[in-house]
Amino acid sequence: MAQATHPAIGPPPTATSWVNQMSWTWVGVVPFFVFALMFLIVPTGLLVVGGFQDSQGHFTLRNLLDLFQPTIASSYLISVKVSAASAIGGALIGFALAYAAIAGGLAPWVRPALMTFSGVASNFAGVPLAFAFLATLGRTGLVTALLIRLFGFNIYSTGFNLLSFAGLTLTYMYFQIPLMVLIIAPAIDGLKREWREASANLGASAWEYWRYIALPILGPPLLGATLLLFANAFGAVATAYALTGSSLNIVTIVLYAQIRGDVLHNQNLGYALALGMIVMTGLSNAAYIWLRGRSERWVR
Amino acid sequence: MAYLELQGLQKRFGDVVALGGVDLSLARGEFLTLLGPSGCGKTTALRIVAGFEVPDGGRVMLEGQDITDVTPSRRDMGMVFQAYSLFPNMTAEQNVEFGLKIRHHPPAERAKRAAELFDLIGLSDARTRYPHQLSGGMQQRVALARALAIEPRVLLLDEPLSALDARVRVHLREEIRRIQTELGITTLYVTHDQEEAMAVSDRVVVMSRGHIEQIGSPAEIYGAPATPFVAEFVGTINWFEAEVLDGGRGEVDYRGTRLAVDAVRGRSAGERVVVVVRPEVVELETLRGGRAPEGALAGRVKAHSFLGAVTRLKIDMQDRADILADLSSTRAGAFPIGGQVVVRFPPEGTRVLNLPPS
Amino acid sequence: MSRSRLGPWLLILFGAVYFFVPLLGTFEFSLRYLRGVYSVEAYRIVLADPRFARTLTYSTVLAFATIVVGAALVVPTAYWIQLRLRGLRPVVEFITLLPLVIPAIVLVFGYLRLYNSTSVLPLTGSERATDLLLMFSYATLALPYMYRAVDTGLRAINVHTLTEAAQSLGAGWPTILLRVILPNVRAAVLSGAFLTFAIVIGEFTIASLLDRPAFGPYLQLIGANRAYEPAALAVISFAITWACMVFIQVFARGAAEQVAGTH
Repeated sequence: MAQATHPAIGPPPTATSWVNQMSWTWVGVVPFFVFALMFLIVPTGLLVVGGFQDSQGHFTLRNLLDLFQPTIASSYLISVKVSAASAIGGALIGFALAYAAIAGGLAPWVRPALMTFSGVASNFAGVPLAFAFLATLGRTGLVTALLIRLFGFNIYSTGFNLLSFAGLTLTYMYFQIPLMVLIIAPAIDGLKREWREASANLGASAWEYWRYIALPILGPPLLGATLLLFANAFGAVATAYALTGSSLNIVTIVLYAQIRGDVLHNQNLGYALALGMIVMTGLSNAAYIWLRGRSERWVR
Repeated sequence: MAYLELQGLQKRFGDVVALGGVDLSLARGEFLTLLGPSGCGKTTALRIVAGFEVPDGGRVMLEGQDITDVTPSRRDMGMVFQAYSLFPNMTAEQNVEFGLKIRHHPPAERAKRAAELFDLIGLSDARTRYPHQLSGGMQQRVALARALAIEPRVLLLDEPLSALDARVRVHLREEIRRIQTELGITTLYVTHDQEEAMAVSDRVVVMSRGHIEQIGSPAEIYGAPATPFVAEFVGTINWFEAEVLDGGRGEVDYRGTRLAVDAVRGRSAGERVVVVVRPEVVELETLRGGRAPEGALAGRVKAHSFLGAVTRLKIDMQDRADILADLSSTRAGAFPIGGQVVVRFPPEGTRVLNLPPS
Repeated sequence: MSRSRLGPWLLILFGAVYFFVPLLGTFEFSLRYLRGVYSVEAYRIVLADPRFARTLTYSTVLAFATIVVGAALVVPTAYWIQLRLRGLRPVVEFITLLPLVIPAIVLVFGYLRLYNSTSVLPLTGSERATDLLLMFSYATLALPYMYRAVDTGLRAINVHTLTEAAQSLGAGWPTILLRVILPNVRAAVLSGAFLTFAIVIGEFTIASLLDRPAFGPYLQLIGANRAYEPAALAVISFAITWACMVFIQVFARGAAEQVAGTH
């Protein structure tokens, strides 16, 4: 086309002025921004501001300090532990799975199958997932019963309990692992076959290849993905609520109880709690984006 | 004894036969190129030599020893890939030193060797740059230095110039040849570009569909193609089928015209052959009198392709195949488009090939 | 290089086991309602429960509304960003990533504070208004996925050329959007729609805190009180999620074909 790339080639014959055009442009976009303000920015902002206020609305850092109360601090700690454990576990297993399917030299149908199942499994979270694990690893669950029947081994006799930190972590991994597979797949694709072959050609063993080439290149994406998994687990509440109820004191459960019934007897502390959560997830995501930028630098 | 030998190599991928029995030998210090279109098996053969593919049949011998089952990291060969050769997380210098680092050479020695090589490839200023900061041509030069750093017994290059711009390609292939000659390193080169193959190689192996069509020096491949495939693939050629009329005097019948072709001497009358003539050998004269003289054909110029020093004329030969004739561009003006011409094939300048099996 | 493939295969096997065993366990558990024999009694009970139909309907209706609102918000915005307001792209993309950063529970906390009965816009004042709020919450949750799907779909078609062609034929902007752009990103919108559907059907946190009779809270309620019915519900829920994923794949491929066919 001989026309310039500027899209405003001129008003349609039936329409009118420049003003009319511009107003249509903004009509198209303003609702979106209003929506974003109303349902994302302002609500979150209010919570952040509320975290810095006392019940009279004056500025205070008291709430932030109160976050370090034993009960609340411990809830953050448990959240961090569960999220970290499921993130690291999910990252390691997810990476191994993705690598096996993509670069492991397996049959061609393995990779698409893994991707599809990962897509489904990463969305299978929340209440139904808790039910699924209760049905499988609960006291009368399928696997528990099978292990007793086949090996005479009752996992509950070892102190394992699904309704616990370990159980929740295991349940979380059900969507963390697939999520990792989906996130890390592009990075593994970016690991060119030529590098593996060149390193072998120059005399390097598999271990040396990983140490000098593959891990340095995959390091940032792996770390970034793990952080993303961490943030994902940190903000989850439905699975935990359905599985462990209020017995496991993670931040989201505390917040849930607070919203339901002001169990903290301090509205503003609740806001601070939310603020703390935003900081955790926000930092993790920011770090992920930074790491992703770094890794894209090399691999064109 | 040959330095590097490929004996009866066979490889299939599923139903596809990549190599159907390939025999080759390289002398020490020789620059041998595998030339052919994609799918001909040249890259497969190279990868088998490197150890990245295991052949279904046959052996690879290096200095008399069977290395067919030796893992790639122990073969003591240096390879340059078509693309993504360099490790992106290391500087050019670190890339070049990598092979030496794996062999536990001390840092001072590695640095010295790297410096020598960067001198050799002429990129001493770029040592501390990362691959993404280097142009394609520079990356391949560093890749070459990296392969040479370990002083390999054989240098393998898998279409190293295919991903580069035309001008860089010409310059770089000369560089590669210069370095190879200077170091005297046995080299196996793969390309689909016949001009590249002819320009740098000691010998060329033309391959097609997993088989070797011809092995010879560039001049032999070009001037005396052994099969129709080689004749067509290397350079441009005219070819047509004809019937031998007289094996004693060397004459053929081409659709009713008698042509003198020395190369059919010794063949029996009635045999059908393929006659091949390079465009630069074809002789043209302006047609006078409406009919072609004896032993020549008549045609009409239908197109000119200006190729710089040479102009390629395409001549419509009525009920026969078009003929391409290359003339110096100054002469080409004498045969304008639409003009009638006489086309002659010098009897000693034509070659004859057997009909390909159908 | 003939490396042993045993390691990778074992890993894949482990992955398959980890993925399928819980599903199998759930299914097996759901059949155990009648002591000693496998039966679909739990399913019968669940499907006969009036609350099941009510909440599933509620969530489905809400899902459709969310999809419509979501598409109505996203398609014009993505279109204008690509066509005219290129500079705003980073801002819009940042906004669409916010729902992935801010947990749902924090969002609903904010909504309750902002839209409670004492505020300017008392969306929690009545049931209908709360339904509206819930729908907008869902639209927020689905925003990243819907936007990415539509944006990708728009990038694949030549937005400028289509617009100019339509304009030169005399179309006004509403016509262009509805009759020209939307049909061409139909497959991308549908793919985003199914993801939205999957999200809405399974959502628990916001629905329960806003106290609406959605499918998610119903699931949790059954889980707290019953033994075998939750497993049946989980199987049903998984089947719905799976169906959505299948449709997404179908429409994602349809999107590619739709574009490939043009021109």
